[in-house]
Amino acid sequence: MIQPLTMPEQGYTLTPKEDAIETQMLEVSMGPHHPSTHGVFRMDVVLDGEEVRRLKPVLGYLHRNHEQLAEKMNWLGSIPFTDRLDYFCSMTNNWAYCLAVEQLAGIKVPERAEYIRVIMAELTRLQNHSCQAGFLLSDTGAWGTPLLYAFREREKILDLFEAASGARMMCNYMRFGGVRADVDDDWLAAARKVVENYPCFIDELEALITGNEILLARTQKIGILPRELAINASITGPMLRASGVDYDIRKVDRYGIYGRLDFRVPLGEVGDVYDRYYVRILEMRESVKILQQALRDIPEGPSDAGVKMRNFKVPVGDGYGRIEGPKGELGFYLVSDGSTRPYRYHVRAPSFINLTILEDMCVGHKLADAMVILGSVDIVLGEVDR
Amino acid sequence: MYNFFDQLILTLGAWVVGLVVACGNGVSKFCCGQPLSEAAAHNVAAGTEIVLICVTIYGVFALCFGLATWLERKMLARIQNRYGPNRVGPFGLFQFVADGVKMLTKEDIVPARADKLVHFLAPAVVLAPALLMFAFLPFGRNMAPTNLDTAVIAFFAVGAGSEMALFMAGWGSRNKYSILGAMRAVAQMISYEIPLVLAAVPVVMVVGSLSTSQIVAAQGADGFLDMSRWFVWTPWGFAGFILFLVAATAESNRCPFDLPEGESELVAGFHVEYSGFKFALFFMAEYIGMMAMAGLGVTLFLGGWHGPKLLPSWMWFMGKGFLIVCWLIWLRGTLPRLRVDQLMAFAWKAMLPFALFNIFTTAVWFHLPKATLLQSAVAWLVTAALVAAAYWVVSRFVCRRAGALRVYHYAS
Repeated sequence: MIQPLTMPEQGYTLTPKEDAIETQMLEVSMGPHHPSTHGVFRMDVVLDGEEVRRLKPVLGYLHRNHEQLAEKMNWLGSIPFTDRLDYFCSMTNNWAYCLAVEQLAGIKVPERAEYIRVIMAELTRLQNHSCQAGFLLSDTGAWGTPLLYAFREREKILDLFEAASGARMMCNYMRFGGVRADVDDDWLAAARKVVENYPCFIDELEALITGNEILLARTQKIGILPRELAINASITGPMLRASGVDYDIRKVDRYGIYGRLDFRVPLGEVGDVYDRYYVRILEMRESVKILQQALRDIPEGPSDAGVKMRNFKVPVGDGYGRIEGPKGELGFYLVSDGSTRPYRYHVRAPSFINLTILEDMCVGHKLADAMVILGSVDIVLGEVDR
Repeated sequence: MYNFFDQLILTLGAWVVGLVVACGNGVSKFCCGQPLSEAAAHNVAAGTEIVLICVTIYGVFALCFGLATWLERKMLARIQNRYGPNRVGPFGLFQFVADGVKMLTKEDIVPARADKLVHFLAPAVVLAPALLMFAFLPFGRNMAPTNLDTAVIAFFAVGAGSEMALFMAGWGSRNKYSILGAMRAVAQMISYEIPLVLAAVPVVMVVGSLSTSQIVAAQGADGFLDMSRWFVWTPWGFAGFILFLVAATAESNRCPFDLPEGESELVAGFHVEYSGFKFALFFMAEYIGMMAMAGLGVTLFLGGWHGPKLLPSWMWFMGKGFLIVCWLIWLRGTLPRLRVDQLMAFAWKAMLPFALFNIFTTAVWFHLPKATLLQSAVAWLVTAALVAAAYWVVSRFVCRRAGALRVYHYAS
């Protein structure tokens, strides 16, 4: 049924005849194999011409029973599995889990380990946000160039991870009460060099594309997420801050040593794709500042609390450890019955919860915009499906 | 020496034609006891010439297609901080041969519920107009395949045929991505054909002929100073050249107007269901169409095959054409893609009014006196002011900037 079209300026109403051209909605199943659904994610899209009328995210193609596995395994055993949640940010995943266990078991983390954790987490944030910007720009059609620039920088950070932990992506680096291996002065020097050079890359990326007319047209006023909706939908991370909500767990919880570090939290105003893109760029600049401070102040000392891992047990109780992951609030809710295994293990995955709002952002936009909006959410399917 | 290289291809052609006629004479003497009559000899020569022209165009531009794919991959790779193809041949130069072999040996998949005939025909139909467009371009001195008086119109008319092929491909595949891509392709190419043709109109107005050979002849001789007679140096010519380039980019479905393929949303758009050599034909049509467009741009605005006598005329033509192709590749490595409504708005709201006004500017230029240097300078300045004013009006009032940079604040 075609609605009558009122034209107040002309002062008349156009009423289409009933036998006007009959149109049909087109239902397209995009994914799970699709170049820009960022993995095995599927969207059932109902299109009116090019316009999205309904969109249903379909998940679960990468489900691998992460939580159940962790409940069948000792406390230490699931650290390597947390690497595989958000495989771009294994360091922060490790940290969130360790933080939850440390809370439960009341383990005090030595100073140097806290610094190393902050350094690793912020390096993770840098590479995650760079690549996210690259993927988003690829979705807008900037064919790979920003993405490959981001990957060039990511290589340097992955080299640092490899030097510290022995693995580039699946780092498995943090332990209850500290980190698995201390970093030496050479590593710190190398990290300083990477951090010093990082603003050059951010400037380069911005010079390449931020002011680009087409990018502005493609991203501004697209996929607006209003402040209230963002809060109600439990959105976290850069996406929430792009909608103008001042909520950064590094500032709220001041976990680790974040209370001592000087950094600012950039906020967006409109909450559209462009804000989400640019808030991440600004966060990278803040991360560089954090890294400079942490690398300057890192003290000597032990890099772990010497917790005995063999037959490690946790007192009865429950605990929730959360950090500001690059994608949002990454939380681990753990219930212990005093044995060597968690009784209940739950991951609050930011990618998954940020994805739930996709339809509200996409409806009414064009199909091409839906892809850009999806890109701006920043999902990793390993974390969405768990 | 220069003339030898300049006319090398023609000399070779004449030699082959002579050879064929001589053979014909020989055969005729052997069979009938007398040489070919004058009319018959003439027919044999003309027929041979046509075959030679076709073979040369197919051969040269199929090779150019191969080189263009190599160039594109290599340039994009260098833009993107990669190496690009570097295994087959020196600098990976023969990569396209390997690609061709791969494409030829791949399985040809036809979707079960596709419209088989339409699906089968589309790749051939898309390639034919792309190749045919070269019939109207003068490649060098005395090297125009046809001397049509309406060559410019014929070029656009033939080029418009590819739209139907794209829609055939999209419709025949019976795939939702394809049909979306085909819808976009038709809408886009019809919209951009208008500014494309209007961008070429000023040149036709000034030259007073639709013949590409005469358009080239109007753009000077072969000295260094004669380069100043290329139309691109006039204000209306420059504006027309930019309009032409943008419209040609859209017409050949290149980034930032590659919506019909729309990789990030439509996977591959209208050719998503094509595999093997049928896919290669689409690819080939895109590149050959792109080169033909570049060739027309060179002919209309960059003096055609004219250039200082350092290089043979056909090399000038090819060089300029490849320069435009490089520019297109550079764009692809840099720009994001427009959205479908923005694309349409740009065609109708920005390019069309600007192109129409450019025609008016050209008329002003045509009627201004240009006898002395001073008068020419005045004419140049007046038309430049008109072009600038048109640009200002269009960019300020008709098709405004879509967005602006924002200032961000931090949480207190």
